[in-house]
Amino acid sequence: MADKHLKHKSKYTLDRGIPGAFEGETITRRRFMTASAHTTGAIAAGAFALPALGFAIGPIFKSTPHHWEVVGTKDMFTENNYVPVVLTLSPNIGEAGKSTAYVRQFNPEIDTDPYDKGTPYIAISSRCAHLGCPVRWVDAAERFICPCHGGVYDLLGRRVGGPPVRPLDRFYTRVNGENVEVGPRFSVNSELKRFSPRDPGEPLDGIGQYLYPSRPGAQKL
Amino acid sequence: MPRLPKLPAPPLPGALKTPPPRPGEGGARTPVEEAANAGITVVDWVDERTSLSGAARWMMFRKVPKGTNWFYTLGSATMFAFLSQAVTGVFLAMYYRPDPSGGAYESIRYVTNDVFLGQFVRGMHKWGSSVMVILVFLHMGRTFFFGAYKYPRELNWVIGVVLLILTMTMSFTGYLLPFDQRAYWATVVGVNINGTGPLLGPYLSDFLRGGSEFGATTLSRFYAIHMLLVPGLLAALIGFHLYLVAKLGTTAPPWMKAQTPEELREAEV
Repeated sequence: MADKHLKHKSKYTLDRGIPGAFEGETITRRRFMTASAHTTGAIAAGAFALPALGFAIGPIFKSTPHHWEVVGTKDMFTENNYVPVVLTLSPNIGEAGKSTAYVRQFNPEIDTDPYDKGTPYIAISSRCAHLGCPVRWVDAAERFICPCHGGVYDLLGRRVGGPPVRPLDRFYTRVNGENVEVGPRFSVNSELKRFSPRDPGEPLDGIGQYLYPSRPGAQKL
Repeated sequence: MPRLPKLPAPPLPGALKTPPPRPGEGGARTPVEEAANAGITVVDWVDERTSLSGAARWMMFRKVPKGTNWFYTLGSATMFAFLSQAVTGVFLAMYYRPDPSGGAYESIRYVTNDVFLGQFVRGMHKWGSSVMVILVFLHMGRTFFFGAYKYPRELNWVIGVVLLILTMTMSFTGYLLPFDQRAYWATVVGVNINGTGPLLGPYLSDFLRGGSEFGATTLSRFYAIHMLLVPGLLAALIGFHLYLVAKLGTTAPPWMKAQTPEELREAEV
């Protein structure tokens, strides 16, 4: 305190004695004018800037409803080989909204993982877990191979070579009458434990699942 | 501290120095003189009301250090590359349609194959973008190796780095617009690279796509960033970058020795 003899700080400003000040004014009219002008300006700027910003980043928080798509009949798929099917991830934009999944019947001899119990069909996404290029199933090698940066995956979609950070994503499947339906995508870690869908390039082992959180709009099945 | 010598009068063209003769003086004049006088009158009229000639002189007639060489033109070259991109981009926008269900590709095909000089203008924009990126890096290298980023020019270096990032943003967003196979997959990969940043990466890639999947608004989002958001920022920052260059002056190359002023040289000996 500059003035230790002063018991109470005056609630009046030093300018209270200026000519033209009214009795009891606690703020100079100049300061009041400045502050109110700045406040008005800030409100006006915020009134258009904040909605525009929310408009631009809104899609991050939007949740998309689950969507099941018929990909074929039961007799199209076998236990030992994959059949490519085309899914529409984003409607109304033609080829750019489509993606490929590789589907086969559940095979108790190779799908020994407890998480796959009760899954009628295994549907593996063709989206490479490295940076999202389309992998293809090479029958002779019994591998999924990515054309962009050389990612290689085995029959179950687990990484066996190249830069990918986790196995290939999968889709939920169900049987509806004679039809096989493919539903929402999910991601798996190297033990095939299931996680809500992540983008390519985001590892799920160790602290990866915390460094790359799932999107706020992701819905549990 | 010795007084700095006064700047010499700027080398204005002779026509600008002498006021035009009053009406009725000078007798009959040729049409060429009349036209020249009209131009001077217009310039004077504007200058009397804006005083812009002082700013123009301040910007154009600066002292430059001894040893200034061709490397100092890389900044201007970058700016002209930007201007070329801006002009060709505006005209490409007259034909382009950001429609992901085939219209975008079709409009680019139309520009390339059918529009008069379309292939040329699109080629200027396409190759010019590479030229601009190369020039930005050469300009940055010149600044670094000549030590031109040091006091008092640090802020100009920082602005330059922001300009580099914005140029890269332009390259990234412009790459999607032709909407062919290469554009699509390069953008898928590029967006996913953005997603590999920890914690914020997934939100960044969702922001770029406008959702969790490549969707109907991804292309228009990239188009808006490419032709509205970033060019404005780029132009404003280039203006500020140039203002600081004029304000602070340029540096001498590092191999130039500091020279004692003429009037102090005798005392030194």
